Amino acid sequence: MTPQDRIWLITLLGIALVALVFIYVIARSGGVPAAAGEVQTRAYAIRRWWFIALLVLGVGVTWATLRPFPVADQRQLLPGAQIVDVVAHQWFWELSRTQVNAGQPVEFRVTSADVNHGFAIYGPDDRIVVQTQAMPAFTNRLVHTFRRPGFYRVLCLEYCGLAHHGMANQFEVVATTGAKP
Amino acid sequence: MNAVNTASVVHPANESLTGAERVVLNLYIISALLVFVVMMLIGLIMRMAQGTWLNVPPNIFYELMTAHGAGMVGTMGLASCAVMWFFLRKYVRLHLAMFAANYVLFMLGALAILAAVFIGGYAGAWTFLYPLPVHSMGQWSVNAAALFMIGYLLIGVGFLLFYLDAMLGIVRTYGNLARGLGLNRLFGGEIDKTHPPAVVASTMVVIVNSLGILGGAIVLVMSLINAYVPSLTLDALLTKNLIYFFGHVFINATIYMAVIAVYELLPRFSGRAWGVSRPFLWAWAASTVMVLIVYPHHLLMDNVMPHWMLVMGQIISYTSGLPVFVVTAYGALTNVYRSGIRWSLPARLVVLSMFGWAAGIVPAIIDGTISANLVMHNTQWVPGHFHFYLLLGVLPMVLALMFHLVDARKVSSDGVGRAGLPVYLIGGLIFVGAFLAAGHVSAPRRFAAHLPQWVPYDRAGSIGAALVILAMLLFTGYILGGLLGASDNAPAADAAR
Ligand code: HEM
Ligand SMILES: [Cu+2]
Repeated sequence: MTPQDRIWLITLLGIALVALVFIYVIARSGGVPAAAGEVQTRAYAIRRWWFIALLVLGVGVTWATLRPFPVADQRQLLPGAQIVDVVAHQWFWELSRTQVNAGQPVEFRVTSADVNHGFAIYGPDDRIVVQTQAMPAFTNRLVHTFRRPGFYRVLCLEYCGLAHHGMANQFEVVATTGAKP
Repeated sequence: MNAVNTASVVHPANESLTGAERVVLNLYIISALLVFVVMMLIGLIMRMAQGTWLNVPPNIFYELMTAHGAGMVGTMGLASCAVMWFFLRKYVRLHLAMFAANYVLFMLGALAILAAVFIGGYAGAWTFLYPLPVHSMGQWSVNAAALFMIGYLLIGVGFLLFYLDAMLGIVRTYGNLARGLGLNRLFGGEIDKTHPPAVVASTMVVIVNSLGILGGAIVLVMSLINAYVPSLTLDALLTKNLIYFFGHVFINATIYMAVIAVYELLPRFSGRAWGVSRPFLWAWAASTVMVLIVYPHHLLMDNVMPHWMLVMGQIISYTSGLPVFVVTAYGALTNVYRSGIRWSLPARLVVLSMFGWAAGIVPAIIDGTISANLVMHNTQWVPGHFHFYLLLGVLPMVLALMFHLVDARKVSSDGVGRAGLPVYLIGGLIFVGAFLAAGHVSAPRRFAAHLPQWVPYDRAGSIGAALVILAMLLFTGYILGGLLGASDNAPAADAAR
């Protein structure tokens, strides 16, 4: 299951849950009016529970999704990483190398020669693997270890003018005999 | 609610409009509706172009995208100002001249923006992210970019005038803004149940959106200076921060203005009061702070940002959802549950808006998670979630006020609602669902041309959009006729209102 599939599933469940609550209430909106005070008292009692549940869920998800921290440390360099310098231009990508090894961390140093661009890496299945912004006068470090060999497409994910959608490149991830699975 | 007092409950006397007020309000409403329809058609053209059903050259596509983004955001701001003005004026003294000045400045700004885009060829998107406006590779001139920004400044000044007037009115009636927001009742003391939710929401908006617009003005002035004195370069990260701060606050302020229609109108049909409570005041106080500091969730992929800001962006994204779910949406449902509500069209629209807002922030909140943003940022997931709460949330709030006004003059909009609303809802769900589904398979946003595997989503989205537009045309025709045509009511009844 890709991260996208997980996100999609959770979203659909969440929206469905909201929809069910609305449908339930709308279906029970008519008839003889119940006393507003009574409905309110009960609704607020119920609310306390799911409010607490949401809080607990939020704290748990925050904890789980921030450890390890998903953005690479920008100062500490990773020893032994394969380094790829990336410079974005209107409208092409300049990569210092087009082949990296699987199973071994890659550090992309991403910057731009002109406007903001978005450096997005699409896997062999055409899903985004990781991305970062390419900005003039800044270098964003992006560290990723590729598992799956194959051709990875680079697309621009920050609107940069007329040929933004045509701004593509690619590199290859090769399996190495020494690579850990 | 009994039949005898229904009319005076739904259309209370203190909401009647003087002739001059009616003219200005009608100008707001009619302009907003016409722009909405045109911008929706532009949206449909974009979606069909992505789906290869239409052949649109990229320069035109990006001009349309710029016009659609700026036009929709600005007009939603204008329309929700009308909602705020209409209800707030019952509680505090507002000056019609300021409300009218906002309209005039908006129109001047809109003119500048349209000229910049369709004559000057400016296509740097509504976010004018530095340095793209001044670095178009020959697609448009620096003058076109400057004209676009001047258009924004004009609109910003108009909003500030309107907010200043509202601020003065609130201070004059309640002593200060903190009391308008109900801060004095957060920790104790008797809750004044007659304190209007409309005042709480308006106070929040005048605070946050004045700051938001000021942030926008600063970065616009910086960008304008840089446009003509390029040696004064700007910091790309600082401008990005300012732009997303401004953009986030501004578009969210439209929701907080428009939601006043929900607080005001729903109780009239459910027959149950919806007053302020301590959780309500807490929710709005918290939202005031959160809407100002949540914007780093637009910069989660800017790895050079201080990482504590990214963490804040994620956490505040989560907590921002709480007031919406816990107080507003749940409050609306509590108000409706077993109330014997009369399902007039405005009542249906406000309940739809609550659904659109609550459901739409689900994908938004998830996208505020850094590790999710890593694979969803700037895919069509993003237009998926914001169209969800703008098209199915805010626009229905605004439409609810419009139909409410028409209902005061006409027999009843129930019929047009029965015909149009299901089409609007189903079309809207298909339209936003197609965006979200495309985001799920990593289709990028803001692409003039799509890879073949994304085209089916584009086509499904186009069909949904066409349904929305169909319903919107019906609504627009009915509202225009209702506001401009003769009133059905006997003159005596009209005068009584
Ligand atoms: C039938 C109705 C609508 C249609 C067909 C439509 C269509 C579109 C399309 C195709 C895009 C570009 C998506 C992409 O990036 O690939 C877009 C972007 C956008 N839309 Fe809409 N839209 C509609 C309604 C609205 C409404 C009601 C609002 C807000 C009030 C809105 C605000 C925006 C904004 C802010 C953007 C972003 C523009 C940008 O990326 O620069 N739209 N819309
Ligand atoms: Cu680009």
